[in-house]
Order: sequence, then C-alpha cells, then structure tokens
Amino acid sequence: MLGRLSWDASPFYGVIPAIAASVVILAAIATIVLLTVTRRWRWLWSEWLTSLDHKKIGIMYVVLAEIMLARAFIEAALMRTQQALGAGAGDVGPVGAEHFAQLFSTHGTIMIFFVLMPFMTGLINFAMPLQIGARDMTFPWMNSIALMLTIGGAGLVMASLVIGKFSTGGWTGYPNFTGAAVNPGVGPDYWIWALTLGGAGSTLSGINIVATIWKERTTGLDHLMWMPLFCWTSLCTALLMIFAFPALTVATVMLWLDRTFGFHFFTQADGGNMMQYVNLFWMWGHPEVYILILPAFGVYSEVIGTFSSKKLFGYTSLVWATMAIAVLSFTVWLHHFFTMGASANVNAVFGIATMVIAVPTGVKVYDWLLTMRHGRLRFDVPMLYAVGFIVTFVVGGVTGVLMAIPPFDYVVHNSTFLVAHFHNMVIPGSLFGMMAGATFWFPKAFGFRLDETWGRRGFWFWISGFYLAFMPLYVLGLFGMSRRMATYLHPEWQPWLIAAWAGAGLVGCGLICQAIMLYVSIRDRERLRDITGDAWDGRTLEWLAPSPPPEWNFGVRPVVTGRDEFGERKLNDEAYPVPDRTAYRDIEIPANAATAPLIGIFAFLFAFAAIWWMWWLVWISAGAIVLLVLWRSMRFSLHRQIPAETLYQADMAHRRTILAHADGDIGSGAPMRHARGTEGYLARERREREDRA
Amino acid sequence: MTDTTTDAQGVRPHAGIPLEHPDAETAHATERAVFGFWIFLMSDLVVFALLLATYAVLLRGNTGAPGPAEVIELAYAFPETLLLLTSTLTLTFASVALREDRARGVYGWTFLSLALGAGFLALEGAEIAGLIGKGHIPQVNGFLSGYWLAIGTHGLHVAIGVVWGLILIAQFWIYGFCPAIRSRLVRFSLYWHMLDVVWIAIFTVIYLPGSLVS
Repeated sequence: MLGRLSWDASPFYGVIPAIAASVVILAAIATIVLLTVTRRWRWLWSEWLTSLDHKKIGIMYVVLAEIMLARAFIEAALMRTQQALGAGAGDVGPVGAEHFAQLFSTHGTIMIFFVLMPFMTGLINFAMPLQIGARDMTFPWMNSIALMLTIGGAGLVMASLVIGKFSTGGWTGYPNFTGAAVNPGVGPDYWIWALTLGGAGSTLSGINIVATIWKERTTGLDHLMWMPLFCWTSLCTALLMIFAFPALTVATVMLWLDRTFGFHFFTQADGGNMMQYVNLFWMWGHPEVYILILPAFGVYSEVIGTFSSKKLFGYTSLVWATMAIAVLSFTVWLHHFFTMGASANVNAVFGIATMVIAVPTGVKVYDWLLTMRHGRLRFDVPMLYAVGFIVTFVVGGVTGVLMAIPPFDYVVHNSTFLVAHFHNMVIPGSLFGMMAGATFWFPKAFGFRLDETWGRRGFWFWISGFYLAFMPLYVLGLFGMSRRMATYLHPEWQPWLIAAWAGAGLVGCGLICQAIMLYVSIRDRERLRDITGDAWDGRTLEWLAPSPPPEWNFGVRPVVTGRDEFGERKLNDEAYPVPDRTAYRDIEIPANAATAPLIGIFAFLFAFAAIWWMWWLVWISAGAIVLLVLWRSMRFSLHRQIPAETLYQADMAHRRTILAHADGDIGSGAPMRHARGTEGYLARERREREDRA
Repeated sequence: MTDTTTDAQGVRPHAGIPLEHPDAETAHATERAVFGFWIFLMSDLVVFALLLATYAVLLRGNTGAPGPAEVIELAYAFPETLLLLTSTLTLTFASVALREDRARGVYGWTFLSLALGAGFLALEGAEIAGLIGKGHIPQVNGFLSGYWLAIGTHGLHVAIGVVWGLILIAQFWIYGFCPAIRSRLVRFSLYWHMLDVVWIAIFTVIYLPGSLVS
C-alpha cells in the first residue's frame, strides 16, 4: 500500500534534519492557521491559485522563488559553516558527510530549478506581455499548469525534508553516485521527479512564451526590432527551454528506469554508458546556463537604458548577440567534462567554441557601458545591481575563458575554482538580474515602490558578501581543494574558508535587509505610491498601463511606432491622451480555472507515488490528470466578457488620478519623480531639444 | 478575443490549416493553437533524436548476449511500417473531408486511421511478446534498454494518439463540427504525421542496420 514508505523515512536521524523538518511542518501549519484565521482561503483560491492572469501567475512564480531562495541560502550557510569548522579528520564540524552531500545536492537543485527558473519565468510572465501590448499569454491555462507543475516540483524538494532524504548525488546527479547500486534509497528519485515536474513546467512555459511573442504583439510591433530587449532575451530563452529541456527529461527518465526497473542505460558493467548520461545532462545543462542568464541580460538592458535616460546603445548588436549566444550555447556542452577522456582535438573544438561565446557576451558588456556613457545616470537600486553585475560578471567571464582552455581545466577541474566560477556567473549574472528586475517591476505589480534605503543596504551586503564568500574559493581551488568536501586535512585552508563563511554571513544580512525592505515598503506604501504607473521614467509599454495594471492590461491596445515607444510619447507630449470612447471594444479575458491547480496536485501525487513505489497512486493520479484535461476540453465558455464601457471608465479614472497628482505637466515624465523631488529627466530632455530647435 | 480584428489584420490562415475560416477571430485562435502545437512537436522530436542517439551509443553494449542481428526482426517492422504510413494517408483524407465539411468522410477516415494505428500497436505488441519470450528484456543489457525505450516511447505516443483520436471522434459526435474541435483535428493530424516521421527514423536507425549488421 505505501510502497517502500515506512517509519524509517522520518527525519529524526540527526539534530539538523529534525530541526529542518520541524521548520517545514511548523511553517505549513502556521500558513494554514493564518489563512483560516484571516478567512483567506477563498481569496487565495479564487484570486490567485485559479487565476489565469499572466501578471498574477508571474507574481506567484516570484513568490515561490523567494521562498525557495530562503531555504537554499540556509543550506549554503550550513555548508560554509561546516567547511569553516571542518579542518581535521573524522567527524569535525556540525554536519556529517552524508548530510553535507544532501546539502550541496539540494542547494544546487533548488537554486537552479526552484529559484532562478521560477524567478525568471515569473518576470517574463509578468513583464513581457505588457511590453508587447498584449492582454495575456497565448495559452493562459497552460501557463497556469506550468506554474503548478513547478510548485509541485518544489513541493517534492520540501517534502524530502520531512519524509525520507534527498539525493546525495549532487545537483548534476551523475551515475554511479545516483545509480541503484550505490544509492538505493529514495534520494535520487526525489531529485529525478522534482526535475521532471519542473522541467515539464519549463517546456510548457517555453512554448507559451514563444507563441506569445510571435502571435500577440500589438500593432506596429511587426517590426521585431522595435521590441524591448527584454522580449528578445525572453524569446531566445524560451527557444532554449523548448529545445534543451528534452535532453534533461530523457536523461532523468533513463536514470529512473535504471534505478527502478533495472534497465542498463548508465550501468557500465551491463553494456550501459555513464558518459551518455553526462552528455545528455550537459546538452541540457549548458543551454540552461543561458536560459538563466539571458533573461537577466534583458533586465539589465531595460534597467541600464532607463536609468541612463537613454536609448540602448547598439540595440541591434544586442539582439544579434543574444541570438548568437542562444545558438552557440548548444555547441559547448563538452567543456563540462574535458577531463573525461575525449581526444585532444575534440577538447580543442569545444574549448574554442566556448571562447567564441565570450565574443557576443563582450559585445553586450560594451553596449551597456556605452549606453551609460553620456547618460544621465540615476543610481536607484535596480541600477546598482546592474553596475555591480557588469563589474563582477566580467571577473567570472575571465575565469570562464581560463577554464575553456583544456590544459588549464585539467588543473582546476572539480576544484573550488570551478565552484567560485559558476557562482560568479549565476549570482551577479542571473540572481542580481532577477533582483534588479523584481525591484524594477515591483511598483508595476503592486502600485508602490520598494523602500530605497533598505534596498541599497541589501545590495551592498549582497555584493560584498558575494566577493568575500567566493574570491577565497578561487584561491583554494588553485591550492587544489576539491569541491564538495565536508572535512579536509589541510589546516592552511581554514582561514580562507572562514573568510568565505563571513561572506555567507554578509549575504545573510543582505537577505534580512531585503525582508525588512519588503516590510517597510508595505508599511509605508502610501509614501511610496506609484500614481502614474510610470515609477522610473520608463521607456517601454508596460509603464503606460496603470500600476497595478487592470487584468486586461490596456483599455485599448497601444499602437507602436518605434523603439522605446512610451519614452518617445512622453517627449512628444502624447503619453496620456484623453481616451477616445469610440476606440474601445468589448473584450474577453480568460475565466479562472480550477483544473490547473488540481492537475498540479495530482502531478505532485504522481511523482511522490513514483518515488515511493506506490503504484496504485501513480495510476490514480495519472488517470485524474487525464480526466481533468478531458473535462477542460469539453468546456467551451472559458472566457469572461468585459464591456467596453468598463475599460473606458477605468482608463478615464486613471487619467483623472494622474491629473489630480501631477505637479508638473502631464507627459513630461515629471509627476513620477515628485516623491524624491527631482525634475523628470524627460522634461529636461525635452527642454534641451526645444532649446536646440 | 472579440477585439482581435485589429490583430488579425494581415494575418493569413496558416498554409497547413485545412479549414475554411468563417471569421477572423476563429482564424486567429486556430492559428495560435496550431503554432503552439508545432513548437511542442519540435520539442518532442528532440526527445526522439536523443533516444535514437542513445540507442546508437549503446548498440554494442550487448555484453555477450544476442546483439541487434539476432534480436531485431524485419518481419514485424515491415507490416508495421505499412500500417502506419497508410494511416497517415487516410488521416489526410479525413482532413480533406473536414475542409469540405463531409461529416461521414471525417468520421470514416479518422476511424480508419485509428484502426490502422491500433493494428500497428497490435503488431508491436506481438513483437514485444516475442522478445519477452526469448528473454530479450531491457534488464539484460544496455543495447536492449536503448531498443525498448526508443520503440516503447514511439509506441506509447501511438497509443496516446489512438485514445486522443477516439475522444475527438466522440467530441465531433457530441458537439458537432464547431471551430474548437476542428482545430483539434488539425493538431491531432500534425501529431499523427510526426509519429510517422519518427517511425521512419526508427526504421532507418534501428531496424535496417540492426537486421543487416551483426
């Protein structure tokens, strides 16, 4: 009945796992109590979980990412603590070797699949349809399913804290570490199914994003080169998701068959081939690096343009660089295993291909720098992250080019130099980009800006913490310290690891500052109110809509006549025209769907049952999913009508609000800066243009 | 959406869509659904490409047990191919019938295609039963694991297709030839044709060399 689930699966095999499990259970109970006491269940269900609104789905993705980030950080802090105290033989330090292996496996898995992936999918979901003047994604229901599958995957990782153990095979899950012979427990199965659900969600998201960008652009955007750069990076990311994720699915399904049914894909002695796993994994894994980084590049492009008060320098080259990176990302996977015995010529080809990717990336860096040159720079929090990114990312890029040289890679392979390198790419590259994007679009999502002071404190702790935590690892890697060691017999390493520990402490302070920032911002939301919908003197269409935008986004879908459409409208005093009643039409928006969260629940049960070999539940869950899809296929009125008059009145109300609060002239970009007492840069830009004329 | 008239300006129906569009709204909805489905199929094709690549890598991994020459039989693959390729032709007739609004044609040709698909599955089932009888199960070695997963994934796709097709026929029966279900038949036929393309790849990579080379 319960498969291999028994009391042995309880988390009381150690103090730390027991505490972790208790925290998860208590948090779950606290959430349930809070929702019940405040009578919010109905609100949660009908306003959020069943909503097909792309903005709400985007916000839910980001909330998921933030929750998982908190857990992944705690794991990172535990690992840093263990290594800082782990000098010596035997059981030194607070965490045992087995538990340490779980920590680095979950930390990597969570950061990649359940922090960065949902974070960037969330930002794309929220901002991209607004930027192209669409009302929603092309497939709103599928969008919700993708979210629910991702939540289901994250739920599995959380469940593994309470029931059973997670994998000890690293986030890459190489056999034999994850083969049935070496690792017979449920850990690798948790890993496999968490990835499978997350991966299925990502594939669906990818299809949806491409279809949306291709089919939902507003009038005028048939000039693709007028799209905001974030849309271009979203498009390339989504294409990578569509073509790369099948490789991960194939690899993990084969591993699951090996483990569960005794197949021999990766068991070397029986005619399998472990290297095939490694190849498949990195055929997904390397494009995945760019799946994570390209949306961040898009955010940085928007942020640097906006806060430099300029059009992006080299827009066309940025677009081509993005596409070049997307294509080249499929040609370099072998550099993840130069040391595994391919011939020198093969290694050389992949090494050169890897270095070639640095070229379009370099183009981007120069474009961003030249955008800032002669710009009127404003160092708000998103811009701080962008500048911090440029400086730090270049360091990571240079160490990457070093490791692209096979002989050098042989020296530092599998050392903490590698750990430092990829953290140097994904923290300042991807995670800072996500934070910049979240800060940038927060006022759009909720109608008020995030508190500047605490945001700045958060940034400075994050970036200083990053340097202190990872620069020592470069040094240690060159000393020869392998990655993933719980203890070590080289006392001379310890000072460096203590420094890295302190760095993790600073990052923790950064996270705390961000939590305080959120609290202060909600408390002071009236002070931080974004009245016009244009919180940062934005240049793209999302700033045209009110903050938060109505569920239909735009009363009348805007017509685009050039790049940076909204910025140009402000310069020409056309940003807030009197709405024309005749332009409004009745519209339909997708009605809520309970089927999507139900499918998510059954997908979770399916995976959980497959992990624990409860085959009856596997079949029931699969059947339930099929029936839910069938049910949905027999509903034909899936939309809600919104009359033109409602749209018109909403737009009129928005305009009246702007007029009532404007302390400068409408359309000049002035009103939105009143909170900080500075003149709108567009007002200055316009005056200068007039002076010249 | 009701206000898609502006978006639909200049949107021509997809060349591959065998539908006469009554209005711009339906055209636009079908266009989007079919476009999304094409992307899904591309993603699915990558799965098959990787399964075949893995099969090729594991081809020599028979660890002394019978290899491709002994295991793979063209005796099944040949009639399987005939059935599947014919079903593609008959499903095309169903699409033509849909365009011309001939209900009996749609039912008849779709049903025949599904019957041919079911025949394919029956033959494949017999082939697999034979493999099991001779002990050529996937747990024996890497080569058999790769072989089973490649043809099994394809077979599973065909089985899903048969069930999907039956559901579609039922929905046509219940709801009539409304635009939403017409669009589903378009996507179903794309899926079905893709399985043919995949089968040709499987035949070329697995069956032909497997039966010729030892």
